Parts: sequence; structure tokens; C-alpha cells
Amino acid sequence: MKVDNDWEKLIADLYKGSERAMSRLISKVENRENGWLETMQEIHKKTGSARIIGITGSPGTGKSTLTGKLARSFVELQKKVGIIAVDPSSPFSGGALLGDRLRMNEINCMPGVFVRSMATRGALGGLSQSARDVVKIMDAFGKDIIIIETVGVGQDEIDIVKTADVVLVVCVPGMGDGIQAIKAGIMEIADIFVVNKADLKGADQVVADIKSMLEMTNDGATVPINMVVSTTGEGIKELTDIVSQSLMNDQKKAAWKQEQVQEEIMILLEKEVAFYLRSIWNDETRLSSVLKQVIAREQDPYTVVKEIMVPLIKACEDHR
Amino acid sequence: MNAKRKIRVLMAKPGLDGHERGARVMAYGLRDYGFEVIYTGLRQTAESIVNAAVQEDVDVIGLSILSGAHLTLTQKVINKLKAKGAADTMIIVGGVIPEEDIESLKKIGVAGVFTAGTSIKEVGDFISSNIASL
Repeated sequence: MKVDNDWEKLIADLYKGSERAMSRLISKVENRENGWLETMQEIHKKTGSARIIGITGSPGTGKSTLTGKLARSFVELQKKVGIIAVDPSSPFSGGALLGDRLRMNEINCMPGVFVRSMATRGALGGLSQSARDVVKIMDAFGKDIIIIETVGVGQDEIDIVKTADVVLVVCVPGMGDGIQAIKAGIMEIADIFVVNKADLKGADQVVADIKSMLEMTNDGATVPINMVVSTTGEGIKELTDIVSQSLMNDQKKAAWKQEQVQEEIMILLEKEVAFYLRSIWNDETRLSSVLKQVIAREQDPYTVVKEIMVPLIKACEDHR
Repeated sequence: MNAKRKIRVLMAKPGLDGHERGARVMAYGLRDYGFEVIYTGLRQTAESIVNAAVQEDVDVIGLSILSGAHLTLTQKVINKLKAKGAADTMIIVGGVIPEEDIESLKKIGVAGVFTAGTSIKEVGDFISSNIASL
């Protein structure tokens, strides 16, 4: 396993507890700088002890504020906490406004808390593989609890369940027609429902709606529903207790483990293969003549792809 | 490796200055320019700004100061950055900065001062051209 000097020093400093080293490592791995794969191979050895909490739900439900309050609770229980706050990248400019930290001011300088904002950077799902890598880095650093707070739209919710040990789905009153605002499929992934902004009118109705939706699924009766007001902290202690209990119970997640690991390997593989193919295509002059042919309609894109895949598959088969 | 790496910027309002419109406009503008911008909100201390800058591994810290305390506050941030081993972070300052203080700011290590009327593009270009890309 080869890791160059820069990476080696950062890893050593990471294990010594340097936040700056962790932060630099996160950037280099997120940017997929040369050596990242080998570095993750090394770091992976020190992972496995952190417990991961996923927080998802529509935008505007107060996930960031809730994350901050939960983190504080865990710190009070002597846990070291890492937070990954995900926000969407603009598909046009590629930039992002990472505003979750704004809601977590009170834990900003709290010792033992590390907050990292991440943009989705065009990942097809809301949660990219690099977010999973960041979880591992924080785990290796020594964080006991890692909270991932997602964007709250699209593929996120499915991705998060494949990464987190406990998934919290956050709802609020007043989002129109009870919880129809929550997409189908969310009911199955929630380990705990959190009804935030519970001081607002309609909170009880949201709880009732969740209960009735749960009754329509198999083991719906066992999913806890907690009411909180994250801005004031009301209900946070009870929520922390339930989350802690849930983290200690590994049973449910055993079923997901295999799927989690398979998914992770497949995604990493797909990205690496795609990157490799793009890089060889960019180098070959063949590319420009092929493009000209397709534009002139002498060739079609499907045939082009087939002509690449056939020898590629054969080479792979021969190698096996 | 991947596409050109993203430049990360921390927009910060140190001290008691409550006028954040400029900082917000700049934050949104730099997002549209293509950067990842972290905005930490009002009433930040030098410690909270530097703490965030280190955790987020930003390339640039943008301080927005309209209170007149720019020299003191900027110096505090620079000192804290040095103490945390992050002195290589670029610092730019915007807001209400008198002409005669611009040189003083640059002397203590500020890379650029952008006062009222500066276009977002100007700030974006300055940052891109000064941050070495991989």
C-alpha cells in the first residue's frame, strides 16, 4: 500500500487528533486527489466504532437546528461528535451556498464537535460517495457519533439509510395536507420520526397522520414519533435518549449491512471505471473523428458505445 | 483527477456589526460565480471564524465589516489563524473601509480590500486568479 509523504503526514496527524489534518484530508479525499484511494484503504482500518445518525426531511423542517441541538446533547453525554451538513450545488454554476453552519452557532467552538459542510457537487443522489468517505475519516479520527444532515430532496433519503445506523425523518406542521408532503418510501426508512416546530398549530395532526400511515405498513407500530421544538430545546432530551437506545440496538441494521456494503463497492467501482474511460477517451485522437462521424450521421452513439464495450468485455472475460 | 477543484470561501461578519445584506449578496454572488460559500452569520468572534475556517478548510476568508472596527478585528482574525497553523488562508475584507486604511490592512496580510461598488465578478476573478488550482 503506497501513500506519499503528504498523505502520510496528514494521516499520522489525524490519528494524533489534529483537526486541521482531518480537515485537509477531507478536502483532498473529496477532491479525489491522487493517492486518495490508498489513503482510504489505510484509514479504513481504524473505522468501525463510530455510530452514525442520518437526519433527513424536506427543506425548511429545521434539520440543521435539530442537528445542532442533538450534537450538544451528545457532547453533554461526553461523546465526541462529527457533523456533515450537506447542501445542494447549483447545476449551472457548480457553486453552493452552505448555510447549515449558520444554524449551529452554539456548537461552533464547542470542544469535541467538528462540523463540515459539503456540497452535493452534481452527485446523482443527494449524498455522494465522498460523504461516506468523510464519515470514515471522522470515525478514524475518533468521533463517537457522526451526524449526517442531508439536503432533503430526491435520492438522499435512500442513500442515507445505506450509510446511517439510525435514520431520523423530520416533519413539521403546516406543510399542506398532513404528511402527504413526505414522499412514498420514507415511511419505511425512518427509525424515528421527529415532528419539529411542535409549538405550531397542527402538530398533533401530523403525529396522527404519521401513526395512521404507519398502521398501513407491516411493523409500523414500533416506530417512535417524537415531538420537539428545536429552537427552544423542548423534547430534545427525550429524543436523545431514544436515539441513544436505537444506536445500541444493532438488530435492524443487520439486514441492511449487506446491501450497504454492496452498494458502496458498486458505486466506487462505477465511478472509477467511468473516470478511467473518460480519461482514455480524452487522450485519443480517435475521439474527434468519431464525434465528426456521429454529427454527420455516418455513425450513431449506440454503435459507438457497442464498439467500445465489446472488446472491453472480452478483455475482462479473458482476464477472469 | 476530478473536475477542477472547488474553491471554498468563508463569509464572516466579525464583531457587533449587524448589517449583513452586503455579506449575503456577496455570498450568493460567489455561489453563482462557482464557489462553495459558507456563511456563518452575524456576531462572530475571531475564534469562531477561525474555527469554522479550519474545519471547513476554506481557501479564502471574506470579512465583511461596516462598523469601523476593521483594523482591530482583522488583526484578531489573522493572529488566531497563525495560532491555529492556518496562516496560508487568504483574507479579503469588504464593507465600509476608508481609503487610508486599505494600505494598513494590506500590510497586516490582507490580500484584497473590496469596498462599496465592487462587482461580484471582480471579487470572484480576484479569488480565482490568486488561488493556485491543482
